[in-house]
Amino acid sequence: MILQGLTFYLFAAIAVAAATMVVSARNPVHSVLFLILTFFTTAGLFVLIGAEFLAMVLVVVYVGAVAVLFMFVVMMLDINFVEMREGFLQYMPIGVLVGIILLVELLMILGTATMSPEVMAAGTEPIPDLAQRQNTAALGDVIYTKYIYLFQAAGMILLTAMIGAIVLTLRQRPGVRKQVVAKQLARRREDAVELKKVQPGQGI
Amino acid sequence: MANPHDYATAAPEIFLALAAMALLMLGVFRGNRSTRSLCWLAVASFAIALLLVFQAPAERSVSFAGMYVADSFTAFVKAMVLIASGAGLIMSMGYIRDEGMARFEYPVLFMLATLGMMMMVSANDLIALYMGIELQSLALYVIAAFQRDSLRSTEAGLKYFVLGALSSGMLLYGCSLIYGFTGATGFDAIAVALKGQEHAGIGLIVGIVFLCAGLAFKVSAVPFHMWTPDVYEGAPTPVTAFFAVAPKIAALALFMRALIVPFLAISADWQQIIIVISIASMLLGAFAAIWQDNIKRLMAYSSIGHVGYALIGLAAGSTEGVRGVLVYLAIYLAMNVGTFACILCMRRKTGMVEGVSDLAGLSKSNPMMALALAIFMFSMAGIPPLGGFFGKFYVFIAAMNAELYALAVIGVLASVVGAFYYLRIIKVMYFDEPGEPFEGPMSVEMRAIIGLCSIVVVFFAFYTAPFVASAEVAAAALVP
Repeated sequence: MILQGLTFYLFAAIAVAAATMVVSARNPVHSVLFLILTFFTTAGLFVLIGAEFLAMVLVVVYVGAVAVLFMFVVMMLDINFVEMREGFLQYMPIGVLVGIILLVELLMILGTATMSPEVMAAGTEPIPDLAQRQNTAALGDVIYTKYIYLFQAAGMILLTAMIGAIVLTLRQRPGVRKQVVAKQLARRREDAVELKKVQPGQGI
Repeated sequence: MANPHDYATAAPEIFLALAAMALLMLGVFRGNRSTRSLCWLAVASFAIALLLVFQAPAERSVSFAGMYVADSFTAFVKAMVLIASGAGLIMSMGYIRDEGMARFEYPVLFMLATLGMMMMVSANDLIALYMGIELQSLALYVIAAFQRDSLRSTEAGLKYFVLGALSSGMLLYGCSLIYGFTGATGFDAIAVALKGQEHAGIGLIVGIVFLCAGLAFKVSAVPFHMWTPDVYEGAPTPVTAFFAVAPKIAALALFMRALIVPFLAISADWQQIIIVISIASMLLGAFAAIWQDNIKRLMAYSSIGHVGYALIGLAAGSTEGVRGVLVYLAIYLAMNVGTFACILCMRRKTGMVEGVSDLAGLSKSNPMMALALAIFMFSMAGIPPLGGFFGKFYVFIAAMNAELYALAVIGVLASVVGAFYYLRIIKVMYFDEPGEPFEGPMSVEMRAIIGLCSIVVVFFAFYTAPFVASAEVAAAALVP
């Protein structure tokens, strides 16, 4: 139990520190790198509470795809981040004030709200006990049976989105020289090299 | 839990999804040369899906853990949606070839949009509803911007996308409130939770209002209609023809199911919302179209007006009302497909023309097309004995029997005002000085579509009884 607690505080501290660095780092590439660190440590937190599926998805989807995409965008777009951050100190007092008011409001709501037992029961009903079924397997149980219709529909929507993106953006530019391996291999020595016998004293 | 029976009930959707993916593969391997054959294959898939829809048993069957429903109502609406999509695709073929947008994704996106519409029609759960709407909308956004080198087309696509995303947000917010206050997402489960209640709590009403706002966006009812004229004008014409019919039918069917099945017990609470947006749509459709000279914009306002009339039936909330909406939509389908087929034939050497004044003297240069367009315009104005009259007749009867007299009276007055701009088109065609004639002979497909639609509209009076009877059966499946 102590080990688990220590691990939690370690991961949590790293996650908060990395998240702070994401918004405060001067170099945008560093920001993205810290973002990846945040995702990783958060995935660790998910593993600690037994939600290994979420942990995997976080690493595979967010680190593997989203963060890399961010990296591309940051490197490809010519945005002057230093300029964007100008005036940060000027806005900070108001920003902090708004943040504190929001926090107090949230605490007031969360402190007084109570959930009726039926609602709590309705929320936990479909989740089998962790000891009996791992949550990846439990998710698979419903996704491929009860929700198969929606799952397949989501697949069709993604297919449509992909077709749409390709239709609207892919252009075949004329006059582009592409490497044709077959053409290269089919080229014979006679087509490319010509031997000339040069008579002495005459030149070609 | 998803047993073989579940898959059998959803056979049309599953077939269409598989066919769309197969055609996508074919297109990827064959390239854009195969667009025309892919279009015909897609039309064939719609036909097969239509057969599958009719083969399903007529009694109500709920599957996929209550998320999917198939009954005679869904069969009726899906048949209309599939016919509208097929007609839309056939009308597109010549246009996409001539305008250099014949890429193989076009028919595939049509199929995916149609799949989304069928899922909307069959949705029996708030999540399934959202999934269907998103699949349909996402495909439509792309089709609207398909002519990607045209500024107007891309602008239309972007506008549609931004406003559509906004409406999806409102819809989702409404869904979450409804879930929070009833504890269920399934339509049947919500109906059980509300059983015996006279009035809904304020939280649930806010949820229903947001749900209505999101759905009103999709059917382009006032006050959520702003995107319609711009998108209709900017999108390529065959795409506009598609937008004006199939998505409207699917969204109206979904609108009816999403209000009537779960919230029938508290119908007094949502009825007022529908009455207000119905009146506003009819009036705006009647007055705003008067000043339009672009025929696509005019059709956009006309479709806003038609949605207003259809919503009268929903406001009535009875079997009779739903029957009226179904009859209205079927005739709307024939009139609009026919009109847009005529608009697609408005081509001069310089390209497509879209002005009402360009139709001047059409009766001399192309009497058959002028006659067909005149029939459609008379029908839209609601002149007996054409089909459009019967569509309006059945929704007004439903409104009278539900004691919504004011709604019916305003509807009749709005249709009198609306008749002005429909008749103006006929006047321009028959009495104005002829301009330059349109180019070339019309293609066989276009002639067939215009001919079929005119026959349906003209001779509707002769088969009204059996048709209304089948609409009655479909409506009875929705309203207990």
